[in-house]
Amino acid sequence: MNLKIYLGMLNKAERTLSESFRQVAEGHAAEPDVHCLCHTLATQCEEHCRLLLPVVQRYGEDRSDNEPERLHAEGLSATRQGPVGLLRDLQDLYILASLVDVTWAMVKQAGSALRDRELLDVVSHCAAETAVQLRWLQTRMKQAAPQALVAAH
Amino acid sequence: MVDRIAEIWGTRTPYPKDGAWPVRVDQALDATVTEGDVDQWVQSACVLCSNGCACDIAVKDGAMVGIRGRAGDLVNHGRLGPKGLFASWQGISGKDRLKRPLIRENGRLVECDWDTAMDRITQQSRQLLEERGPLSHGFYTSGQLFLEEYYALAVLGKAGIGTPHMDGNTRLCTATAAAALKESFGADGQPGTYADIDSCDAIFLYGHNMAETQTVLWSRVLDRLAGPDRPNLVCVDPRDTEVARCADVHLAVRPGTNLALMNALVHEVLANRWFDEEYVKAHTLGLDELKATVGPWTAEAAAGVCDVSAADIREAARIFGTSPRVLSTVLQGFYQSAQATAASCQVNNLHLLRGLLGRPGCGILQMNGQPTAQNNRECGADGDLPGFRNWENPEHIAELARLWDVDPLTIPHWAPPTHAMQIFRYAEQGSIEFLWISATNPAVSMPDLPRIRDVLAKPGLFLVVQDLYLTETAQVADVVLPAAGWGEKTGTFTNVNRTVHLSDKAVEPPGEARSDLDIFLDYARRMGFTTLQGEPLLPWSGPEDAFEAWKACSRGRPCDYTGISYDRLRGGSGIQWPCNEENPDGRERLYGDGLFPTDPDYCESYGHDLLTGATVGSDSFRAQAPGGRAILKAADYHPPHEEPDGRYPFRYTTGRTAYHFHTRTKTGRSRVLTSAAPTAWVEISPDDAGRLGILEGDLVRVKSRRGRIEVPVRVSDIRNGTVFAPFHYGYWDQDGAPGEHPTAANELTLTEWDPVSKQPVFKNAAVSVEKIGDAVGPSPAPTTTASRPAAAAGPRSVLPTAGGKDAEDTEQIGGSPPRFPEAVRRGRQRGTP
Repeated sequence: MNLKIYLGMLNKAERTLSESFRQVAEGHAAEPDVHCLCHTLATQCEEHCRLLLPVVQRYGEDRSDNEPERLHAEGLSATRQGPVGLLRDLQDLYILASLVDVTWAMVKQAGSALRDRELLDVVSHCAAETAVQLRWLQTRMKQAAPQALVAAH
Repeated sequence: MVDRIAEIWGTRTPYPKDGAWPVRVDQALDATVTEGDVDQWVQSACVLCSNGCACDIAVKDGAMVGIRGRAGDLVNHGRLGPKGLFASWQGISGKDRLKRPLIRENGRLVECDWDTAMDRITQQSRQLLEERGPLSHGFYTSGQLFLEEYYALAVLGKAGIGTPHMDGNTRLCTATAAAALKESFGADGQPGTYADIDSCDAIFLYGHNMAETQTVLWSRVLDRLAGPDRPNLVCVDPRDTEVARCADVHLAVRPGTNLALMNALVHEVLANRWFDEEYVKAHTLGLDELKATVGPWTAEAAAGVCDVSAADIREAARIFGTSPRVLSTVLQGFYQSAQATAASCQVNNLHLLRGLLGRPGCGILQMNGQPTAQNNRECGADGDLPGFRNWENPEHIAELARLWDVDPLTIPHWAPPTHAMQIFRYAEQGSIEFLWISATNPAVSMPDLPRIRDVLAKPGLFLVVQDLYLTETAQVADVVLPAAGWGEKTGTFTNVNRTVHLSDKAVEPPGEARSDLDIFLDYARRMGFTTLQGEPLLPWSGPEDAFEAWKACSRGRPCDYTGISYDRLRGGSGIQWPCNEENPDGRERLYGDGLFPTDPDYCESYGHDLLTGATVGSDSFRAQAPGGRAILKAADYHPPHEEPDGRYPFRYTTGRTAYHFHTRTKTGRSRVLTSAAPTAWVEISPDDAGRLGILEGDLVRVKSRRGRIEVPVRVSDIRNGTVFAPFHYGYWDQDGAPGEHPTAANELTLTEWDPVSKQPVFKNAAVSVEKIGDAVGPSPAPTTTASRPAAAAGPRSVLPTAGGKDAEDTEQIGGSPPRFPEAVRRGRQRGTP
């Protein structure tokens, strides 16, 4: 069953997002809300991986992924600086979180076809949190964008 | 004669449930004056806390010489607290009042005339608007101005300049009250009223040291407690406050853990089926999510996190769940702590679950800290839009644009108005280059003072400060504008329970000082702000014009003022909004009909996720189809971000004492109040003192990752592991700077805020404590309040706090208590205001 490919992708995407949240939390520690919330959300991502474990144990996880990786989402290796840098980093997080979001959606489709209630429960909890992560990123970016793009030196 | 320093709450006048709170008229006059000497009594209301006690100012030879409570007012039935009795008039009569504008020349502030000062401001303003645009401007105002002044500031900022960077120190005191009301009910607006104290069977005070912050309201509670059918009292507070001493259950939680406790109280009410199923079904949304969130929060689970007994949590829940009529009040212990909005929403949820709203004795008072904070929220000089309009609703923006006759694009509405901490961050980063601060003192009241001082002193920042005195903040300004104070100008303001009072001008301001309204109007005139038709944007010549303009702005909104006029406010009681055709004499309580302002076209906010502050947005909100139902919002508990560790092993919390207000700008100029609480202190418990070898009065150094304070110790009955410092003590009466032994509590607090309300966290930080000197006497902390010495304090004795002859007032008990609506003056044409 090919679900294991998507479980591998999901695990990887959550881990990448978690590490990137931590990277941004530290890189932008002078923005206290970004600092605190990014750490909280990183912990949320780690918790998602933990909740996925029993599912992975049931279906396996294929980390090799037979399909060649054409779009790379490696996470943030370093953070940028200043108001525009903050905006760009949050935007990168948004892209990484979107990947997680759509991957959960596909796993949910498979779970529905499999009639796997346990899997669907995990998806419903985690996907809802990912959706809030996306909304928070957008809320924060929309707040920061005018000042960063128009007024900052 | 009663010594009102020793007897903060005055003489008891007990009364029974559903009885009328007796009248007691409190009066204090200058020692050199007798009642017969007074030339004139001028109507006003007190501005030294959020309670809004109606009063008359005694005037003799053109000067304020005393004060007296108004017997016929629904708020206070004649009473005044110590701050009102002494600081209201003494506090603005200081010899060091600012009398002329000051501008900075060669690094020094020098006196000048108004034209020179205003030219300097408008020149800078114009140049920045031209070169960098409106986002270069920020305005940081207060909870101390009048309604008319906030509205003028809101219009000039939002429609004249068009900057989103407007907020007030209301962000520090009342933002969470507004946020919690918006999340639960769809719009700001206090559900309850003070008269609910008269009829309740139980009172819950959540992080609310009412005995010290609203002393007259607490007198009302004390009079019920002394009556024949005392209500049950539950107190949530880490300190042994007067409230805690009167409580049937005192939950002395670890600072930073309120939400765990609240989730457990809701859990208990649900588990014991103490909720009103029919009410919940008909009038709320979100029960399933609420149940899921509080599911794990048993009394035992919360007891572990909060360090209180599970039995006490159950008993508190039982009192809430089974008392026929419950009143809840909430203040800084919740608002300035971790997960502030989520914890405060759980208070709303408890009332929604039992349908305890809008009936006598069943109310919520999400309190304010300051006298006019409510008006800042209504008028939109803070992070709100005027008339509780919704920044995400284009039709609301269009309404404002039509009202002001400006292009809707001028009014910033692409994101929520910028909150205070973010304004200071933009100033720190240099993208806000013009900051105008009115009637507030961030150099002492904001968190993490070492950082705030750097921001204010930044060379690229043009700083305008408008105040009564040369505060710590004014000392670093580029232009200082001398403002007229209370009693020196006319205007209205609104207290916690939506009561609007008029404050008439009693005396002339000193020197060339001008009212804040005149200053804002002058700036708008000089800047040439106009409407689309080319008319002046702010054409008002005085406060009554501004009030009439505000009435038009408030029409049809929850805070509808259209039935109120200056004329109606003179002579009778204050009037509670909404006051309109439907409510000709105002309205005591909201939501008695179970209909909430959550209609998506009408609501003030579509709400937020309480953990992150992510906006819900119009589409998702509409999809819930709230249709007038309240929303049961919840979030899971998360531990505070800074917790004690090996280096900083204590939890630090800050707060207030009964004798001072804010940074003592007024109370510090009243001799009797200053004698009662002259200088700073910290409180620690007897156990902690014993372990550290500290005795009463010893000098200690308290350190956090941000800074340090060095002050004497009061060994009090605060919970173990916790250190408390009052936040009043800055440096204006020293030499303006922290010096060798810094005293301001905010040297230690951290830069962090609630994700929804954006209110800073003043009540949780990790600190260390070490003794650095032996006592020269007991600490200066009052003995009449939460800072009372512990019974087990040790060998050093402390003299009781008293005021002596100068602190005496007269109390006249008796007379017919005012009742709603008879106490309210009728409109000229009743029913068609």
